[in-house]
Amino acid sequence: MSAEGLILNCENVVVDYDGFKALNNCNFSVHYNELRVVIGPNGAGKTTLLDCICGKTKPSSGKIAFGNNIELVGKNAEDITKLGVGRKFQAPSVYGNLTVWQNLDLSLKRASKGVFPTLMGKSTPAERERINDTLNTIGLTQDAHSRAGSLSHGQKQWLEIGMVILQDPSLLLVDEPVAGMSDKETEQTGRLLQTLSEKQAIVVIEHDMDFVRQIARIVTVLAEGTVICEGTVEHVQADQHVREIYLGRAKVAH
Amino acid sequence: MPEQIQPQQDSRETLSFYVVGAIFLIVMPLLNVLPAEDSWLRLSDFRLNQFGKFLCFAILALGLDLTWGYCGVLSMGQGVFFGFGAYCMGMYLALQIGKESVYGSDLPDFMVWTQVKELPFFWYPFKSFWGGILGAILVPVIFATIFGFLAFRSRIKGVYFAIITQALAFAAWLVFNRNETRLGGTNGLTDFKQVLGFRLSDPSTQLGLYILTVLALIASFLLCRWIVASRAGKVLIAIRDSESRVTFSGYTPWVYKLFVFVVAAGLAGLAGMLYVPQVGIITPAQIGVLPSLEVVIWVAVGGRGTLIGAVLGAVVVNFGRSVLTNYFPEAWPFILGGLFVVVVTMFPDGLVGIIRKFFAGGPPAAGLAMPKPQPQGGR
Repeated sequence: MSAEGLILNCENVVVDYDGFKALNNCNFSVHYNELRVVIGPNGAGKTTLLDCICGKTKPSSGKIAFGNNIELVGKNAEDITKLGVGRKFQAPSVYGNLTVWQNLDLSLKRASKGVFPTLMGKSTPAERERINDTLNTIGLTQDAHSRAGSLSHGQKQWLEIGMVILQDPSLLLVDEPVAGMSDKETEQTGRLLQTLSEKQAIVVIEHDMDFVRQIARIVTVLAEGTVICEGTVEHVQADQHVREIYLGRAKVAH
Repeated sequence: MPEQIQPQQDSRETLSFYVVGAIFLIVMPLLNVLPAEDSWLRLSDFRLNQFGKFLCFAILALGLDLTWGYCGVLSMGQGVFFGFGAYCMGMYLALQIGKESVYGSDLPDFMVWTQVKELPFFWYPFKSFWGGILGAILVPVIFATIFGFLAFRSRIKGVYFAIITQALAFAAWLVFNRNETRLGGTNGLTDFKQVLGFRLSDPSTQLGLYILTVLALIASFLLCRWIVASRAGKVLIAIRDSESRVTFSGYTPWVYKLFVFVVAAGLAGLAGMLYVPQVGIITPAQIGVLPSLEVVIWVAVGGRGTLIGAVLGAVVVNFGRSVLTNYFPEAWPFILGGLFVVVVTMFPDGLVGIIRKFFAGGPPAAGLAMPKPQPQGGR
C-alpha cells in the first residue's frame, strides 16, 4: 500500500550482514519531484539504503514500493534501472577507457539495451542533441573526446551525474555528489540538482552541511540503520537526539 | 558536432589493416609464384604453407582478443573450439580418402585397426563437404552457447571462469584421446588426400587454401572491427573495466559476455577448419591445455585490446617459434614463457603498445589501456 503522491516508499527494510543490521526496520518515503537529503554518521546505513533501492543489495526483509506501486525488492539492478531509478555512486564510477561522449552515449535511455539492438544501433540526431545538451549542462563540452579516466575528480563526478541524467530516471539516487569538489563546483552542483528536481525526485546523501543547507527542503537523519528524525534543516539541527548522535563526531551540527 | 570515433586513431588502424592485408593477400602469393625457383626473393611453398597456418592462428587469436582484450573474459579453452572446427573438417577430409587409404577400405584407417566395422552415426553428416564446413562452425558455436550460458548465467567470472575453461580444455583433450570416441585417439586424423577433387599435395591447392585463409582472416577482422566499433563494443569495454557499474546503465553483462564468447568460438572453429587441410593432421595434442594457453600468449604479446595486435602476436610468436626451434629446440618453452612474463610485466600493451609508443605517439586507443583491477560485484 503506497500512499498518494509517493514515488518511493520503503517499509520496514532490514539488511542483515551476519547479525549486523545495516538497516533496521527502516521506513523512508519520498514524494514526486522532491529533493530529499539524507544525512547521518558513518555506518548509519545511508549508502546501504540506496543500494537496496537500486537493486545492488537485497534486503533481508521489508518492502520497497516505487512509482505506481511497483515492488523493487527481488528485482535485479538492470530492471530497476530500466524502471527509472538512476544511481550516482559515492566514488565516481565512470568508464575510464571510454571517452566522455561514449560514457554518455552508453548511459542514454534507449528502448532496448540488448546485444543486437546495441550492436546495430546508430545515434539519432535527437540523441546527439541530447548528449550535447548534457555536455553543456555538466561543463564537459571541451572534453567530449577525452578519456574519462583522464578527467579530474570533480569532472568525473559531473560526468557521472550527466550519465544518470541521460537515463531519464524518475528517481535519482545521488551518493555524496560534492566530495572532492571546490566550493564553486559544489555550488554549481547544488544548482544543477535543484533544477533537476523540478522534473524528477532526487535523494541525495551528503555530509557537507553548507551544501545541505543550500539545497535541502526536507532532511532525513539516519542512524544505526533507522530514521531518527525528519524535517527542515533548522528543525533537524535543533533536535536533541540528532545532536547527541553527532556529538563529538563531525563538524556537521554546528 | 562531436563524433563518436577518434578519427586519427581510426585512420592509423585502417592504414595498418590495408598494409598488412595487402602483404598477406597479394605480395606473399606473388612472391611464391613469380620469382624464379632459385631466386632469393622466392617464397617457398613450405614457407607459404607455414604462413597459412599462422594466419589460421591469427583468426583464433582475434576471437580471444574480443573476449579477453575487449570484454575482460579470459578463456583458457579456445583450443577446444579450434579443435571442434578442425575435427569436423578432418572428419570430412578423412572420409574423402576413400579407397586410397592404407587398408583400401572406405572407412578411415584408424577405424580399421581399432576394429570398427561400420561408420559411427555421428560421422554421417561429414560425408558431405557442407556438412564439414557447417559442422566446423556450428559445433563450436552451439557448444559455446551452452557452456557460456551455464557459466555466465551463474555469474562465474574472472579467474574462476579462466580455470573452468582450462578444465574444459583438459577434459576435451582426455575425451579426444580415447579410442572409444571414434576420432582416431592419440593419432588423430591424418593422411588426407583431397578436398572437392583438389589434391592437397598439389602446391596450387595449398596456394588456394592460403588465399582462402587470408580472405577468412580479413572477413574475421572486419567482423570483429564492426563489433568493436559499435556501441556494443563500448559496452564490452565498459564490462571489462567495471562490470558492476554496467548494470546501472541498464545493460545485462552476462548476455554480452555470452555473445562475444560465442563469436570467438565460431572464429576458433573457422580457424580449425582452415588449419586442417593445410597442415594435414589434427591430433588431441593440438586442442588441449597447452595450445589453449598459447593463444593467450599470442594475444598478450601482440597487444590485447587491439585487433591488429592479436593478428600480429599470432604471426610473430609462431614465426619466432619456427625460426628458434631450428636453433634451440629444447629452449622454446622457456623462451615462450619468458616472453609472456616480460610482456605482461614490462609491456602490458604488447607489440602494438611498443610500436605506438615509439613511432606513432599519442594516447593509447580506447581499447588498449589495461583496466585497473577492480573489486567485482559484491557489496
